[in-house]
Amino acid sequence: MNSRLGKYSLAIGAIALMMAGCGGKKEETPEATAPAAGAPAGKTVDPATAGEVTGSVKLDGAAPKMKAISIAAEPACAKARTAPLTSEEVVTGDGGALANVVVYVSSGLDGYSFPTPSTPVKFEQQGCQYHPHVAGMMVAQNVSVINSDQTTHNIHPIPMQNREWNESQPPGAAPIEKSFARDEVAIPVKCNVHPWMKAYMAVLPNPYFQVTGTDGKFDLKGLPPGTYTIVAWHELYKTDPQTITIGAKESKAVTFTFKAAAPAGD
Amino acid sequence: MNTEYNPNLHRYAVFTACCTFLLLIAGALVTSNDAGLSIPDWPLAYGSLTPPMVGGIRYEFTHRVIATCIGLLTIGLAAWLWKAEKRSWMRWLGLAALGGVIAQGILGGMTVLMFQPPQVSAAHATLAQLFFSTVVAIAVFTSSWWSGKLPALEDPRTPAVRSLVVWTLIAVFLQLILGAAFRHKGFGIIPHLIGAVIVTILIFMTAGALKRRFSNVPPLRNCAKLLHMMIGIQLLLGGGAYWSRLYAAQFPQPIAIMVTLTVVHTVTGALVLAATLVTTLISFRQVAGPKAAGESSRITEQVAQ
Repeated sequence: MNSRLGKYSLAIGAIALMMAGCGGKKEETPEATAPAAGAPAGKTVDPATAGEVTGSVKLDGAAPKMKAISIAAEPACAKARTAPLTSEEVVTGDGGALANVVVYVSSGLDGYSFPTPSTPVKFEQQGCQYHPHVAGMMVAQNVSVINSDQTTHNIHPIPMQNREWNESQPPGAAPIEKSFARDEVAIPVKCNVHPWMKAYMAVLPNPYFQVTGTDGKFDLKGLPPGTYTIVAWHELYKTDPQTITIGAKESKAVTFTFKAAAPAGD
Repeated sequence: MNTEYNPNLHRYAVFTACCTFLLLIAGALVTSNDAGLSIPDWPLAYGSLTPPMVGGIRYEFTHRVIATCIGLLTIGLAAWLWKAEKRSWMRWLGLAALGGVIAQGILGGMTVLMFQPPQVSAAHATLAQLFFSTVVAIAVFTSSWWSGKLPALEDPRTPAVRSLVVWTLIAVFLQLILGAAFRHKGFGIIPHLIGAVIVTILIFMTAGALKRRFSNVPPLRNCAKLLHMMIGIQLLLGGGAYWSRLYAAQFPQPIAIMVTLTVVHTVTGALVLAATLVTTLISFRQVAGPKAAGESSRITEQVAQ
Protein backbone atom coordinates (compact mmCIF):
# COMPACT_ATOMS: atom_id res chain seq x y z
CA MET A 1 0.00 0.00 0.00
CA ASN A 2 1.25 3.49 -0.73
CA SER A 3 1.36 4.71 2.87
CA ARG A 4 1.41 8.42 2.05
CA LEU A 5 -1.52 8.14 -0.32
CA GLY A 6 -3.30 6.02 2.23
CA LYS A 7 -2.78 8.59 4.97
CA TYR A 8 -3.97 11.47 2.79
CA SER A 9 -7.00 9.47 1.65
CA LEU A 10 -7.97 8.67 5.21
CA ALA A 11 -7.56 12.28 6.28
CA ILE A 12 -9.59 13.63 3.37
CA GLY A 13 -12.27 11.02 3.91
CA ALA A 14 -12.52 11.87 7.59
CA ILE A 15 -12.79 15.59 6.89
CA ALA A 16 -15.42 15.02 4.21
CA LEU A 17 -17.45 12.86 6.55
CA MET A 18 -17.27 15.43 9.30
CA MET A 19 -18.35 18.17 6.91
CA ALA A 20 -21.24 16.06 5.70
CA GLY A 21 -22.27 15.46 9.25
CA CYS A 22 -22.04 19.05 10.33
CA GLY A 23 -24.77 21.44 9.42
CA GLY A 24 -28.27 20.21 9.04
CA LYS A 25 -29.05 22.12 12.19
CA LYS A 26 -32.56 23.39 12.13
CA GLU A 27 -32.49 26.89 10.80
CA GLU A 28 -32.89 29.23 13.70
CA THR A 29 -35.87 31.44 12.99
CA PRO A 30 -36.07 34.68 14.85
CA GLU A 31 -38.39 34.78 17.78
CA ALA A 32 -41.68 36.39 16.87
CA THR A 33 -42.58 39.44 18.88
CA ALA A 34 -45.71 38.52 20.74
CA PRO A 35 -47.74 41.33 22.26
CA ALA A 36 -46.99 41.72 25.93
CA ALA A 37 -49.68 40.40 28.21
CA GLY A 38 -52.06 43.12 29.31
CA ALA A 39 -50.87 45.64 26.72
CA PRO A 40 -52.33 44.64 23.33
CA ALA A 41 -52.30 46.82 20.22
CA GLY A 42 -55.01 46.82 17.50
CA LYS A 43 -58.78 46.58 17.76
CA THR A 44 -60.42 45.00 20.77
CA VAL A 45 -63.67 43.10 20.82
CA ASP A 46 -66.77 44.96 21.98
CA PRO A 47 -68.61 42.57 24.30
CA ALA A 48 -71.86 44.38 23.57
CA THR A 49 -71.86 43.11 19.99
CA ALA A 50 -70.02 39.81 20.40
CA GLY A 51 -71.66 36.65 19.12
CA GLU A 52 -70.70 33.00 19.11
CA VAL A 53 -70.24 29.97 16.92
CA THR A 54 -71.31 26.69 18.45
CA GLY A 55 -71.44 23.25 17.06
CA SER A 56 -70.34 19.69 17.20
CA VAL A 57 -67.84 17.38 15.65
CA LYS A 58 -68.79 13.91 14.53
CA LEU A 59 -67.08 10.88 13.07
CA ASP A 60 -68.87 9.34 10.12
CA GLY A 61 -68.27 5.63 10.15
CA ALA A 62 -67.02 3.11 12.65
CA ALA A 63 -64.19 4.35 14.83
CA PRO A 64 -61.12 2.11 14.63
CA LYS A 65 -60.46 0.06 17.72
CA MET A 66 -57.67 1.62 19.68
CA LYS A 67 -54.69 -0.62 20.29
CA ALA A 68 -53.78 -1.63 23.82
CA ILE A 69 -50.46 -0.31 25.06
CA SER A 70 -48.15 -2.70 26.84
CA ILE A 71 -46.54 -1.10 29.86
CA ALA A 72 -45.63 -4.29 31.71
CA ALA A 73 -41.95 -3.48 31.22
CA GLU A 74 -42.41 -0.25 33.16
CA PRO A 75 -43.47 -1.16 36.72
CA ALA A 76 -43.74 2.47 37.78
CA CYS A 77 -46.22 3.09 34.97
CA ALA A 78 -48.18 -0.10 35.63
CA LYS A 79 -48.49 0.80 39.34
CA ALA A 80 -49.75 4.28 38.51
CA ARG A 81 -52.66 2.99 36.47
CA THR A 82 -55.99 1.56 37.50
CA ALA A 83 -57.18 0.87 33.97
CA PRO A 84 -55.39 -0.57 30.92
CA LEU A 85 -53.77 1.93 28.65
CA THR A 86 -54.94 2.34 25.06
CA SER A 87 -53.98 4.63 22.25
CA GLU A 88 -55.90 7.91 22.08
CA GLU A 89 -55.71 8.62 18.37
CA VAL A 90 -59.47 8.31 17.92
CA VAL A 91 -61.69 8.91 20.94
CA THR A 92 -65.41 8.99 20.38
CA GLY A 93 -68.50 9.52 22.50
CA ASP A 94 -72.17 8.85 22.02
CA GLY A 95 -73.56 9.22 18.54
CA GLY A 96 -70.15 9.34 16.90
CA ALA A 97 -69.07 12.48 18.74
CA LEU A 98 -65.36 12.96 18.15
CA ALA A 99 -63.09 14.15 20.93
CA ASN A 100 -59.64 15.79 20.78
CA VAL A 101 -60.54 17.97 17.82
CA VAL A 102 -59.20 21.51 17.85
CA VAL A 103 -61.87 23.83 16.50
CA TYR A 104 -60.56 27.32 15.87
CA VAL A 105 -60.97 30.54 13.92
CA SER A 106 -58.26 30.60 11.30
CA SER A 107 -59.16 33.86 9.55
CA GLY A 108 -61.46 36.88 9.85
CA LEU A 109 -59.89 38.57 12.84
CA ASP A 110 -57.46 40.83 10.99
CA GLY A 111 -56.75 44.00 12.91
CA TYR A 112 -57.75 42.54 16.26
CA SER A 113 -55.24 41.79 18.96
CA PHE A 114 -55.79 39.70 22.02
CA PRO A 115 -54.01 39.69 25.37
CA THR A 116 -52.03 36.61 26.21
CA PRO A 117 -53.66 34.77 29.11
CA SER A 118 -51.53 34.81 32.23
CA THR A 119 -52.87 31.48 33.44
CA PRO A 120 -50.69 28.64 32.15
CA VAL A 121 -52.22 25.66 30.42
CA LYS A 122 -51.79 22.57 32.55
CA PHE A 123 -50.16 19.62 30.79
CA GLU A 124 -49.81 16.64 33.06
CA GLN A 125 -47.99 13.33 32.85
CA GLN A 126 -50.01 10.95 34.92
CA GLY A 127 -50.24 7.17 34.64
CA CYS A 128 -47.61 7.44 31.91
CA GLN A 129 -50.06 9.24 29.70
CA TYR A 130 -50.38 12.89 28.76
CA HIS A 131 -53.41 14.79 30.04
CA PRO A 132 -54.91 16.33 28.02
CA HIS A 133 -54.14 14.41 24.84
CA VAL A 134 -54.60 17.64 22.88
CA ALA A 135 -53.90 20.92 24.63
CA GLY A 136 -54.88 24.30 23.19
CA MET A 137 -53.07 27.50 24.10
CA MET A 138 -52.41 30.94 22.74
CA VAL A 139 -49.17 32.19 21.28
CA ALA A 140 -46.80 33.12 24.13
CA GLN A 141 -49.13 31.60 26.72
CA ASN A 142 -47.29 29.42 29.17
CA VAL A 143 -47.84 25.70 29.30
CA SER A 144 -47.02 24.18 32.66
CA VAL A 145 -45.74 20.60 32.30
CA ILE A 146 -46.24 18.57 35.46
CA ASN A 147 -44.93 15.11 36.27
CA SER A 148 -47.31 13.34 38.62
CA ASP A 149 -45.73 9.94 38.06
CA GLN A 150 -43.10 8.19 40.15
CA THR A 151 -40.92 7.77 37.10
CA THR A 152 -38.83 10.01 34.87
CA HIS A 153 -40.26 11.46 31.71
CA ASN A 154 -38.82 13.64 29.01
CA ILE A 155 -41.05 16.13 27.25
CA HIS A 156 -40.16 16.61 23.63
CA PRO A 157 -42.36 18.80 21.45
CA ILE A 158 -41.45 18.55 17.76
CA PRO A 159 -42.67 21.78 16.15
CA MET A 160 -42.23 22.90 12.57
CA GLN A 161 -42.69 26.63 13.16
CA ASN A 162 -41.37 27.00 16.68
CA ARG A 163 -38.17 26.28 18.54
CA GLU A 164 -37.78 22.62 19.41
CA TRP A 165 -36.90 21.62 22.96
CA ASN A 166 -36.48 18.44 24.94
CA GLU A 167 -36.32 18.40 28.72
CA SER A 168 -36.21 15.70 31.32
CA GLN A 169 -38.50 15.74 34.34
CA PRO A 170 -37.77 13.37 37.22
CA PRO A 171 -40.53 12.51 39.71
CA GLY A 172 -41.22 15.36 42.07
CA ALA A 173 -39.51 17.92 39.87
CA ALA A 174 -40.92 21.41 39.61
CA PRO A 175 -43.27 22.09 36.70
CA ILE A 176 -41.59 23.06 33.44
CA GLU A 177 -43.01 26.29 32.04
CA LYS A 178 -42.58 26.97 28.34
CA SER A 179 -44.37 28.91 25.64
CA PHE A 180 -44.40 28.96 21.87
CA ALA A 181 -43.77 32.12 19.89
CA ARG A 182 -45.73 31.22 16.74
CA ASP A 183 -49.10 29.74 16.04
CA GLU A 184 -48.95 26.12 14.97
CA VAL A 185 -51.67 23.52 14.79
CA ALA A 186 -50.59 21.20 16.08
CA ILE A 187 -47.21 20.37 17.61
CA PRO A 188 -46.62 16.66 18.29
CA VAL A 189 -45.27 15.96 21.77
CA LYS A 190 -43.57 12.74 22.73
CA CYS A 191 -41.69 11.12 25.57
CA ASN A 192 -38.61 9.23 24.38
CA VAL A 193 -38.43 7.35 27.70
CA HIS A 194 -41.92 5.93 27.18
CA PRO A 195 -42.46 5.79 23.42
CA TRP A 196 -46.23 5.27 23.57
CA MET A 197 -46.72 8.67 25.18
CA LYS A 198 -47.92 11.05 22.51
CA ALA A 199 -49.92 14.25 22.63
CA TYR A 200 -50.41 17.47 20.72
CA MET A 201 -50.18 21.13 21.58
CA ALA A 202 -52.19 23.52 19.41
CA VAL A 203 -50.89 27.08 19.51
CA LEU A 204 -53.35 29.71 18.33
CA PRO A 205 -53.04 33.47 17.76
CA ASN A 206 -56.46 34.26 19.16
CA PRO A 207 -58.64 32.95 22.01
CA TYR A 208 -61.34 31.50 19.75
CA PHE A 209 -60.53 27.86 19.93
CA GLN A 210 -61.69 24.84 21.81
CA VAL A 211 -60.66 21.22 22.08
CA THR A 212 -63.69 18.94 21.99
CA GLY A 213 -64.45 16.43 24.69
CA THR A 214 -66.26 13.15 24.27
CA ASP A 215 -69.48 15.06 23.67
CA GLY A 216 -67.89 16.49 20.51
CA LYS A 217 -69.25 19.95 21.27
CA PHE A 218 -67.60 23.34 21.01
CA ASP A 219 -68.62 26.92 21.70
CA LEU A 220 -66.53 29.82 20.43
CA LYS A 221 -67.88 32.70 22.47
CA GLY A 222 -67.21 36.42 22.27
CA LEU A 223 -66.65 36.65 18.50
CA PRO A 224 -67.10 40.12 17.00
CA PRO A 225 -69.50 40.38 14.06
CA GLY A 226 -67.84 39.29 10.86
CA THR A 227 -67.08 36.48 8.46
CA TYR A 228 -64.84 33.72 9.73
CA THR A 229 -63.16 30.57 8.56
CA ILE A 230 -63.59 27.87 11.16
CA VAL A 231 -61.19 24.93 11.02
CA ALA A 232 -61.48 21.58 12.76
CA TRP A 233 -58.16 19.75 13.19
CA HIS A 234 -57.80 16.10 14.15
CA GLU A 235 -54.53 14.21 14.41
CA LEU A 236 -55.68 11.44 12.09
CA TYR A 237 -58.55 12.71 9.94
CA LYS A 238 -59.22 15.73 7.77
CA THR A 239 -62.30 17.76 7.03
CA ASP A 240 -62.95 20.96 5.12
CA PRO A 241 -62.98 24.32 6.85
CA GLN A 242 -66.27 26.17 7.02
CA THR A 243 -67.00 29.82 6.43
CA ILE A 244 -69.58 31.49 8.63
CA THR A 245 -70.85 35.03 9.03
CA ILE A 246 -72.27 36.21 12.31
CA GLY A 247 -73.96 39.47 13.09
CA ALA A 248 -74.01 41.41 16.31
CA LYS A 249 -74.88 39.16 19.29
CA GLU A 250 -75.76 36.38 16.87
CA SER A 251 -75.21 32.71 17.58
CA LYS A 252 -74.74 30.26 14.73
CA ALA A 253 -74.06 26.56 14.66
CA VAL A 254 -71.82 24.49 12.44
CA THR A 255 -71.17 20.79 12.33
CA PHE A 256 -67.92 19.19 11.29
CA THR A 257 -67.95 15.63 10.08
CA PHE A 258 -64.81 13.54 9.68
CA LYS A 259 -64.92 10.38 7.63
CA ALA A 260 -63.52 7.40 9.46
CA ALA A 261 -62.45 5.64 6.26
CA ALA A 262 -60.16 8.41 5.03
CA PRO A 263 -57.20 9.16 7.32
CA ALA A 264 -55.43 12.48 6.79
CA GLY A 265 -52.24 12.76 4.81
CA ASP A 266 -49.55 15.22 5.79
CA MET B 1 5.56 -9.47 2.69
CA ASN B 2 7.76 -9.68 5.79
CA THR B 3 5.71 -8.49 8.69
CA GLU B 4 6.20 -9.68 12.20
CA TYR B 5 3.02 -11.35 13.39
CA ASN B 6 1.93 -10.31 16.86
CA PRO B 7 -0.79 -12.74 17.98
CA ASN B 8 -1.79 -10.69 21.03
CA LEU B 9 -2.18 -7.52 18.99
CA HIS B 10 -4.26 -9.45 16.48
CA ARG B 11 -6.49 -10.89 19.21
CA TYR B 12 -6.93 -7.43 20.69
CA ALA B 13 -7.94 -6.08 17.28
CA VAL B 14 -10.43 -8.91 16.80
CA PHE B 15 -11.82 -8.30 20.28
CA THR B 16 -12.24 -4.59 19.52
CA ALA B 17 -14.00 -5.41 16.27
CA CYS B 18 -16.39 -7.77 18.06
CA CYS B 19 -17.14 -5.18 20.74
CA THR B 20 -17.73 -2.61 18.02
CA PHE B 21 -20.29 -4.95 16.51
CA LEU B 22 -22.06 -5.01 19.88
CA LEU B 23 -22.05 -1.23 19.83
CA LEU B 24 -23.72 -1.29 16.42
CA ILE B 25 -26.46 -3.50 17.89
CA ALA B 26 -26.85 -1.13 20.83
CA GLY B 27 -27.10 1.85 18.51
CA ALA B 28 -29.66 0.15 16.30
CA LEU B 29 -31.74 -0.66 19.38
CA VAL B 30 -31.74 3.00 20.34
CA THR B 31 -33.09 4.02 16.97
CA SER B 32 -35.66 1.25 16.65
CA ASN B 33 -36.98 1.96 20.14
CA ASP B 34 -37.10 5.71 19.40
CA ALA B 35 -34.96 6.28 22.48
CA GLY B 36 -32.37 8.58 20.94
CA LEU B 37 -33.58 11.62 22.84
CA SER B 38 -34.58 9.88 26.06
CA ILE B 39 -31.49 11.46 27.62
CA PRO B 40 -31.85 15.14 26.71
CA ASP B 41 -28.33 16.16 27.80
CA TRP B 42 -24.81 15.20 26.73
CA PRO B 43 -22.17 14.28 27.72
CA LEU B 44 -23.80 13.89 31.12
CA ALA B 45 -27.06 12.00 31.49
CA TYR B 46 -29.76 13.78 33.47
CA GLY B 47 -27.07 15.97 34.89
CA SER B 48 -25.01 13.11 36.29
CA LEU B 49 -22.88 10.15 35.26
CA THR B 50 -25.72 7.67 35.64
CA PRO B 51 -29.35 8.43 34.79
CA PRO B 52 -32.42 6.62 36.10
CA MET B 53 -32.55 3.42 34.09
CA VAL B 54 -36.16 3.43 32.97
CA GLY B 55 -37.79 3.01 29.60
CA GLY B 56 -35.85 4.21 26.61
CA ILE B 57 -33.07 5.56 28.83
CA ARG B 58 -31.84 1.99 29.25
CA TYR B 59 -31.12 1.70 25.53
CA GLU B 60 -29.57 5.13 25.15
CA PHE B 61 -27.39 4.94 28.25
CA THR B 62 -26.23 1.39 27.48
CA HIS B 63 -25.27 2.63 24.04
CA ARG B 64 -23.25 5.47 25.58
CA VAL B 65 -21.50 3.12 28.03
CA ILE B 66 -20.53 0.65 25.32
CA ALA B 67 -19.36 3.54 23.15
CA THR B 68 -17.13 4.73 25.97
CA CYS B 69 -15.66 1.25 26.27
CA ILE B 70 -15.02 1.17 22.54
CA GLY B 71 -13.32 4.53 22.83
CA LEU B 72 -11.00 3.18 25.49
CA LEU B 73 -10.33 -0.01 23.50
CA THR B 74 -9.51 2.08 20.45
CA ILE B 75 -7.10 4.24 22.41
CA GLY B 76 -5.38 1.04 23.45
CA LEU B 77 -5.37 -0.29 19.90
CA ALA B 78 -3.97 2.91 18.43
CA ALA B 79 -1.29 3.09 21.12
CA TRP B 80 -0.31 -0.53 20.65
CA LEU B 81 -0.15 -0.19 16.87
CA TRP B 82 1.93 2.95 17.19
CA LYS B 83 4.36 1.24 19.51
CA ALA B 84 4.58 -2.20 17.94
CA GLU B 85 3.95 -1.87 14.23
CA LYS B 86 6.83 -1.64 11.80
CA ARG B 87 4.45 -0.74 8.97
CA SER B 88 3.97 3.03 9.23
CA TRP B 89 0.62 2.95 7.41
CA MET B 90 -0.70 0.63 10.11
CA ARG B 91 0.30 3.10 12.78
CA TRP B 92 -1.60 5.80 10.92
CA LEU B 93 -4.56 3.46 10.45
CA GLY B 94 -4.70 3.06 14.21
CA LEU B 95 -4.77 6.83 14.60
CA ALA B 96 -7.49 7.04 11.95
CA ALA B 97 -9.57 4.58 13.97
CA LEU B 98 -9.02 6.73 17.04
CA GLY B 99 -10.04 9.84 15.12
CA GLY B 100 -13.11 8.00 13.89
CA VAL B 101 -14.27 6.98 17.34
CA ILE B 102 -13.74 10.51 18.67
CA ALA B 103 -15.70 11.92 15.74
CA GLN B 104 -18.42 9.36 16.44
CA GLY B 105 -18.67 10.54 20.01
CA ILE B 106 -19.01 14.13 18.88
CA LEU B 107 -21.62 13.23 16.28
CA GLY B 108 -23.51 11.27 18.90
CA GLY B 109 -23.54 14.33 21.14
CA MET B 110 -24.67 16.46 18.25
CA THR B 111 -27.62 14.18 17.54
CA VAL B 112 -28.80 14.74 21.11
CA LEU B 113 -28.13 18.46 21.38
CA MET B 114 -29.51 19.26 17.92
CA PHE B 115 -32.59 17.01 18.31
CA GLN B 116 -31.56 14.45 15.74
CA PRO B 117 -31.44 16.35 12.47
CA PRO B 118 -31.55 13.68 9.76
CA GLN B 119 -28.16 14.63 8.28
CA VAL B 120 -26.36 14.35 11.62
CA SER B 121 -28.11 11.12 12.58
CA ALA B 122 -27.34 9.60 9.19
CA ALA B 123 -23.72 10.74 9.43
CA HIS B 124 -23.47 9.18 12.90
CA ALA B 125 -24.87 5.90 11.54
CA THR B 126 -22.57 5.99 8.50
CA LEU B 127 -19.43 6.75 10.46
CA ALA B 128 -20.31 3.84 12.75
CA GLN B 129 -20.07 1.50 9.77
CA LEU B 130 -16.87 3.16 8.58
CA PHE B 131 -15.28 2.83 11.99
CA PHE B 132 -16.34 -0.82 12.21
CA SER B 133 -14.77 -1.43 8.81
CA THR B 134 -11.55 0.22 9.94
CA VAL B 135 -11.28 -2.01 12.98
CA VAL B 136 -12.08 -5.08 10.89
CA ALA B 137 -9.35 -4.05 8.46
CA ILE B 138 -6.89 -3.69 11.32
CA ALA B 139 -7.82 -7.19 12.47
CA VAL B 140 -7.14 -8.53 8.96
CA PHE B 141 -3.84 -6.65 8.61
CA THR B 142 -2.60 -7.96 11.96
CA SER B 143 -3.52 -11.58 11.15
CA SER B 144 -0.95 -14.30 10.61
CA TRP B 145 -2.39 -14.97 7.16
CA TRP B 146 -1.75 -11.43 6.04
CA SER B 147 1.78 -11.54 7.41
CA GLY B 148 2.61 -14.76 5.58
CA LYS B 149 4.22 -15.18 2.21
CA LEU B 150 1.56 -15.60 -0.44
CA PRO B 151 1.88 -16.05 -4.17
CA ALA B 152 0.37 -13.48 -6.47
CA LEU B 153 -2.39 -15.09 -8.49
CA GLU B 154 -3.00 -14.19 -12.11
CA ASP B 155 -6.27 -12.63 -13.11
CA PRO B 156 -6.16 -12.05 -16.85
CA ARG B 157 -9.91 -11.86 -17.36
CA THR B 158 -12.02 -8.71 -17.38
CA PRO B 159 -13.43 -7.18 -15.43
CA ALA B 160 -10.54 -7.76 -13.07
CA VAL B 161 -11.40 -9.13 -9.65
CA ARG B 162 -9.64 -6.18 -8.06
CA SER B 163 -11.97 -3.80 -9.88
CA LEU B 164 -15.06 -5.84 -9.06
CA VAL B 165 -14.36 -5.95 -5.34
CA VAL B 166 -13.63 -2.22 -5.16
CA TRP B 167 -16.83 -1.31 -6.99
CA THR B 168 -18.81 -3.71 -4.82
CA LEU B 169 -17.32 -2.25 -1.67
CA ILE B 170 -18.19 1.28 -2.76
CA ALA B 171 -21.72 0.21 -3.67
CA VAL B 172 -22.26 -1.53 -0.34
CA PHE B 173 -21.01 1.53 1.53
CA LEU B 174 -23.28 3.87 -0.44
CA GLN B 175 -26.17 1.48 0.17
CA LEU B 176 -25.52 1.74 3.90
CA ILE B 177 -25.64 5.52 3.66
CA LEU B 178 -28.96 5.30 1.84
CA GLY B 179 -30.26 2.93 4.48
CA ALA B 180 -29.15 5.25 7.27
CA ALA B 181 -30.75 8.22 5.54
CA PHE B 182 -34.04 6.32 5.20
CA ARG B 183 -33.92 5.09 8.79
CA HIS B 184 -33.29 8.58 10.10
CA LYS B 185 -35.98 10.11 7.95
CA GLY B 186 -33.67 11.85 5.50
CA PHE B 187 -35.58 10.54 2.52
CA GLY B 188 -37.75 7.68 1.40
CA ILE B 189 -37.17 4.02 0.69
CA ILE B 190 -36.81 4.16 -3.10
CA PRO B 191 -33.08 5.08 -3.26
CA HIS B 192 -32.30 2.30 -0.79
CA LEU B 193 -34.29 -0.20 -2.88
CA ILE B 194 -32.47 0.83 -6.03
CA GLY B 195 -29.20 0.51 -4.15
CA ALA B 196 -30.19 -3.00 -3.06
CA VAL B 197 -30.58 -4.03 -6.71
CA ILE B 198 -27.21 -2.58 -7.67
CA VAL B 199 -25.44 -4.16 -4.69
CA THR B 200 -27.02 -7.53 -5.38
CA ILE B 201 -25.89 -7.45 -9.00
CA LEU B 202 -22.36 -6.46 -8.06
CA ILE B 203 -22.08 -9.06 -5.32
CA PHE B 204 -23.26 -11.78 -7.68
CA MET B 205 -20.77 -10.64 -10.31
CA THR B 206 -17.93 -10.51 -7.80
CA ALA B 207 -18.74 -13.76 -6.05
CA GLY B 208 -19.26 -15.44 -9.39
CA ALA B 209 -15.90 -14.24 -10.68
CA LEU B 210 -14.15 -15.41 -7.52
CA LYS B 211 -15.76 -18.85 -7.72
CA ARG B 212 -15.01 -19.33 -11.42
CA ARG B 213 -11.47 -18.00 -11.43
CA PHE B 214 -10.18 -19.08 -8.02
CA SER B 215 -12.22 -22.13 -7.12
CA ASN B 216 -9.13 -23.88 -5.73
CA VAL B 217 -8.01 -20.96 -3.57
CA PRO B 218 -9.85 -21.46 -0.26
CA PRO B 219 -9.77 -17.85 1.05
CA LEU B 220 -11.22 -16.47 -2.17
CA ARG B 221 -13.66 -19.33 -2.59
CA ASN B 222 -14.87 -18.86 0.97
CA CYS B 223 -15.25 -15.12 0.42
CA ALA B 224 -17.48 -15.85 -2.55
CA LYS B 225 -19.67 -18.19 -0.50
CA LEU B 226 -19.84 -15.69 2.32
CA LEU B 227 -20.90 -12.87 -0.01
CA HIS B 228 -23.61 -14.99 -1.60
CA MET B 229 -24.93 -16.07 1.77
CA MET B 230 -24.87 -12.62 3.29
CA ILE B 231 -26.63 -10.84 0.45
CA GLY B 232 -29.34 -13.47 0.44
CA ILE B 233 -29.91 -13.11 4.16
CA GLN B 234 -29.80 -9.33 3.96
CA LEU B 235 -32.35 -9.16 1.14
CA LEU B 236 -34.76 -11.29 3.14
CA LEU B 237 -34.15 -9.21 6.25
CA GLY B 238 -34.66 -6.02 4.28
CA GLY B 239 -38.05 -7.18 3.06
CA GLY B 240 -38.98 -8.27 6.55
CA ALA B 241 -37.79 -5.04 8.12
CA TYR B 242 -39.77 -2.90 5.71
CA TRP B 243 -42.90 -5.01 6.14
CA SER B 244 -42.53 -4.78 9.91
CA ARG B 245 -42.23 -0.99 9.77
CA LEU B 246 -45.44 -0.74 7.77
CA TYR B 247 -47.17 -3.19 10.11
CA ALA B 248 -45.90 -1.44 13.23
CA ALA B 249 -47.16 1.95 12.05
CA GLN B 250 -50.62 1.08 13.39
CA PHE B 251 -49.28 0.47 16.90
CA PRO B 252 -48.78 3.21 19.44
CA GLN B 253 -45.30 2.01 20.44
CA PRO B 254 -42.38 0.14 18.87
CA ILE B 255 -43.29 -3.53 18.74
CA ALA B 256 -40.91 -6.44 19.21
CA ILE B 257 -41.10 -7.80 15.66
CA MET B 258 -40.31 -4.40 14.16
CA VAL B 259 -37.47 -3.72 16.57
CA THR B 260 -35.97 -7.16 15.99
CA LEU B 261 -36.14 -7.11 12.21
CA THR B 262 -34.91 -3.55 11.79
CA VAL B 263 -32.02 -4.07 14.21
CA VAL B 264 -30.97 -7.36 12.65
CA HIS B 265 -31.21 -5.86 9.15
CA THR B 266 -29.09 -2.88 10.20
CA VAL B 267 -26.32 -4.90 11.83
CA THR B 268 -26.33 -7.47 9.03
CA GLY B 269 -25.68 -4.53 6.72
CA ALA B 270 -22.57 -3.86 8.74
CA LEU B 271 -21.57 -7.49 8.37
CA VAL B 272 -22.11 -7.31 4.61
CA LEU B 273 -19.82 -4.31 4.53
CA ALA B 274 -17.25 -6.15 6.64
CA ALA B 275 -17.47 -9.24 4.43
CA THR B 276 -17.05 -7.13 1.31
CA LEU B 277 -14.11 -5.32 2.84
CA VAL B 278 -12.41 -8.55 3.85
CA THR B 279 -12.99 -9.92 0.35
CA THR B 280 -11.43 -6.77 -1.07
CA LEU B 281 -8.41 -6.98 1.18
CA ILE B 282 -7.88 -10.67 0.50
CA SER B 283 -8.28 -10.11 -3.25
CA PHE B 284 -5.71 -7.34 -3.22
CA ARG B 285 -3.39 -9.43 -1.12
CA GLN B 286 -3.57 -12.54 -3.28
CA VAL B 287 -4.61 -11.48 -6.75
CA ALA B 288 -2.05 -9.67 -8.82
CA GLY B 289 -2.94 -6.38 -10.39
CA PRO B 290 -2.66 -5.70 -14.12
CA LYS B 291 0.91 -4.30 -13.73
CA ALA B 292 2.14 -7.34 -11.81
CA ALA B 293 0.92 -9.66 -14.57
CA GLY B 294 3.87 -8.63 -16.73
CA GLU B 295 6.56 -8.88 -14.09
CA SER B 296 9.08 -11.70 -14.38
CA SER B 297 8.98 -12.51 -10.68
CA ARG B 298 5.30 -13.39 -10.89
CA ILE B 299 4.36 -16.86 -9.76
CA THR B 300 1.69 -18.22 -12.05
CA GLU B 301 0.67 -21.35 -10.16
CA GLN B 302 -2.38 -21.12 -7.95
CA VAL B 303 -1.52 -22.53 -4.58
CA ALA B 304 -4.13 -24.28 -2.53
CA GLN B 305 -3.73 -23.89 1.16
